[in-house]
Amino acid sequence: MKQPTEPTEPTDPADPTEQPLDLLHSETEEDLRAAVRALLADRAGHQAVLGRIETGDPYLPGLWKSLAADMGAAGLLVPEKLGGQGASHREAAVVLEELGRAVTPLPYLTSAVVATETLLALAEGSQETGSQETRSQKAEDREAASQEVAGLLADLASGRTVAVLAVPLSTAPGAEFPPTVPGVPASDSVPGVADAVAADLFLVPRADGLYAVPAAAATVVPQSPLDLTRPLATVTTGAGSGTRLAGPGASRAAVRRGLLAGAGLLASEQLGLAEWCLEETVRYTRERHQFNRPVGSFQALKHRMAQLWLDLVGARAAARAAADALATGRGDAPLLVAVAQAYCSRTAVRAAEECVQLHGGIGMTWEHPAHLALKRAKSDQIALGSAGRHQDAIAALVGLEPPR
Amino acid sequence: MTGAEELRVLTRKLLDEHPPAGTDRTDFLRARFDAGLAWVHYPVGLGGLDAPRALQSVVDAELAAAGAPDNDPRRIGIGLGMAAPTVLAHGSDEVKRRFLRPLWVGEEVWCQLFSEPGAGSDLAALATRAVRDDAGDWIVDGQKVWTSSAHVARWAILIARTDPDAPKHRGITYFVCDMTDPGVEVRPLRQITGEAEFNEVFLTGVRIPDAHRLGEVGDGWRVAQTTLMNERVSIGGARVPREGGMIGKAATTWRERPELRTHDLHRRLLDLWVDAEVARLSGERLRQQLVAGRPGPEGSAMKLAFARLNQAISGLEVELLGDEGLLYGEWEMRRPELVDFTGRDAGYRYLRSKGNSIEGGTSEVLLNIVAERVLGLPPEPRNDKDVAWKDLAR
Ligand SMILES: Cc1cc2nc3c(=O)[nH]c(=O)nc-3n(C[C@H](O)[C@H](O)[C@H](O)COP(=O)(O)OP(=O)(O)OC[C@H]3O[C@@H](n4cnc5c(N)ncnc54)[C@H](O)[C@@H]3O)c2cc1C
Repeated sequence: MKQPTEPTEPTDPADPTEQPLDLLHSETEEDLRAAVRALLADRAGHQAVLGRIETGDPYLPGLWKSLAADMGAAGLLVPEKLGGQGASHREAAVVLEELGRAVTPLPYLTSAVVATETLLALAEGSQETGSQETRSQKAEDREAASQEVAGLLADLASGRTVAVLAVPLSTAPGAEFPPTVPGVPASDSVPGVADAVAADLFLVPRADGLYAVPAAAATVVPQSPLDLTRPLATVTTGAGSGTRLAGPGASRAAVRRGLLAGAGLLASEQLGLAEWCLEETVRYTRERHQFNRPVGSFQALKHRMAQLWLDLVGARAAARAAADALATGRGDAPLLVAVAQAYCSRTAVRAAEECVQLHGGIGMTWEHPAHLALKRAKSDQIALGSAGRHQDAIAALVGLEPPR
Repeated sequence: MTGAEELRVLTRKLLDEHPPAGTDRTDFLRARFDAGLAWVHYPVGLGGLDAPRALQSVVDAELAAAGAPDNDPRRIGIGLGMAAPTVLAHGSDEVKRRFLRPLWVGEEVWCQLFSEPGAGSDLAALATRAVRDDAGDWIVDGQKVWTSSAHVARWAILIARTDPDAPKHRGITYFVCDMTDPGVEVRPLRQITGEAEFNEVFLTGVRIPDAHRLGEVGDGWRVAQTTLMNERVSIGGARVPREGGMIGKAATTWRERPELRTHDLHRRLLDLWVDAEVARLSGERLRQQLVAGRPGPEGSAMKLAFARLNQAISGLEVELLGDEGLLYGEWEMRRPELVDFTGRDAGYRYLRSKGNSIEGGTSEVLLNIVAERVLGLPPEPRNDKDVAWKDLAR
């Protein structure tokens, strides 16, 4: 897979040389969806999720093993020769659609997508021996590092290890390297790290490269997150601790690619979440009667739900486009990812807000799952770059410069 | 069934026998129709080969590469998009043979005599009467309005009331009307842009032979559904490259005129750029669903998105232009042959796009359709279903 990592030149907005996108779901993908949905319905219903979110450990026992290891979902992005399933971003996107629908607490986006894609970029980089920096390293160092990366990838792909990139959840693909956090000295503590409490391993970007630090060697202090299903924590790793996987150049490119894949596939999570919100709202308003009519027969409400459906038609196309572009390594993948994020973030938030509103009082209760979706949608809006940041990226990519 | 390779062979044969360079445009289009390469999914003998619809692109690509003439779909949009599928589905063999070829070739332009002063969104309330005379012909009297292209049309699809005693949906019949009949009077209706793209049409004693009826007497509403469904899909369903629609015009102005930029406009332009790209991807996905034989209900979504985007983008463009946005190209009353959504200047686009959420079903009515047919929400309460049309309050 080839992907430009540093978008410098504006791309031609209408490049005719691109392969056509495949925006549909294949039959195999629908089978995967059915399997994941069945697993989640059985083991991770909203009531089960609600029962755990205040414990600080929202992950349902055994669910990661079932999905990641037994079903092989953790290894979808990883080629078979590196111990994975040799599938692609398209399939991983389907898993995320389902995890979004059910608002499932699982470190899938963080470990099986962001961390995995980051390591994949390193693995491919070390095979090509392309960059200056790799060449200047001693050959045996490089060999050792690449074996280390391959070993980590196999562990991640099998679901044995959960790895998390130690950056704030809000970090956008275009962020500087290492990402700085206001008020926090670099390579000290990183706040806002998603799924840190589930991690066995941290990938830590430092000024001189990317390090693998075992969780046992790190301090993890949980924070109180808006979205209780995706726990956040401050992660502190001692300066220089862990194993260096690559120098700053290769690491910068790898982290950017990890975050780009994360942002692109987050759109599928947002899509799934929004679909659930609309379906549930339609179901509820058809049944709920006021003024001697189902409230869903009032045109003011019908139009709001129809409008939401229209937005979902767009979100489905945008999320699929991002997943397909990542899978095939198209040149305009960064653009399609930014478009999907800018669009799906706002669609998911609106769907969740409408879901709460059109449920009336019941939508405000802790017992009803609408708030799970709302909190996830709002936090997803900030995750991996806000819509505004993605729009800035689009402006640069297609040459729509801001005023001077 | 005809496959892609076979279609390629047939297309090359057509090109060999009628080299585009030395062939008259109309002759070429007629030959293409007769070869079954006009719309390959139509039946043999009617411009098609009973092939899968998706394979049309194979033929189109070959012909475009050879520089063959096209049947300008902008000029004959109502014929191609609405009349043809209705004639095909509900016409007699004789009617199909008579009308489809000149329609497709573009020798005969069509218009749609549906809307009336008292019946727009509530189309089934229409009052134009068709009464059968002793010879078995139909005599039509009434008034239609907002009729696009009536001034250039040779034929019209027409719905008229044939049974005032039946409830409104059940007393309607569907006809093909001859626009050269002496009882047809077309008067230009000047519109918001200053030009007259649509018309009022007065029908006085217009005689229509029974052979030009489509579907059964009293079954016109069902026949009209074929037309309306195709209308919604054909508006806003065109394939465009990135920045291909109205957003391309606004983006070009932005790039070429840095002195006009403000931060507020930049944010709004990017919002719309994202929406336009997503609408383009949705259209692409819809076409892929059709090709895969899995048509979705997204057709109405495209028309709604297209209307909203055109209005928002052209509105922003006028604002972006500032002092120039205060000016307008020309107000002179013209009667254009083409319906033109994106042409002329930003002011024209802004005004013309206001029609996009009205023509072919208003956005409000389409939202009702999405809510009821796609989402399954309960229908509006109604009190006109079982009442004879003549007894309804008007
Ligand atoms: C540019 C243009 C070209 C046209 N070309 C043709 C043509 O070639 N042939 C032809 O037959 N017709 C044509 N039309 C007519 C068009 O189809 C009608 O204008 C349209 O169906 C709306 O009907 P109306 O104008 O009577 O509006 P009305 O039905 O009077 O609507 C007025 C307002 O009420 C709203 N409304 C109505 N019913 C409902 C409801 N149930 N729920 C919520 N809101 C509702 C509408 O959305 C609208 O905002 C054209 C119109 C335009 C603007």
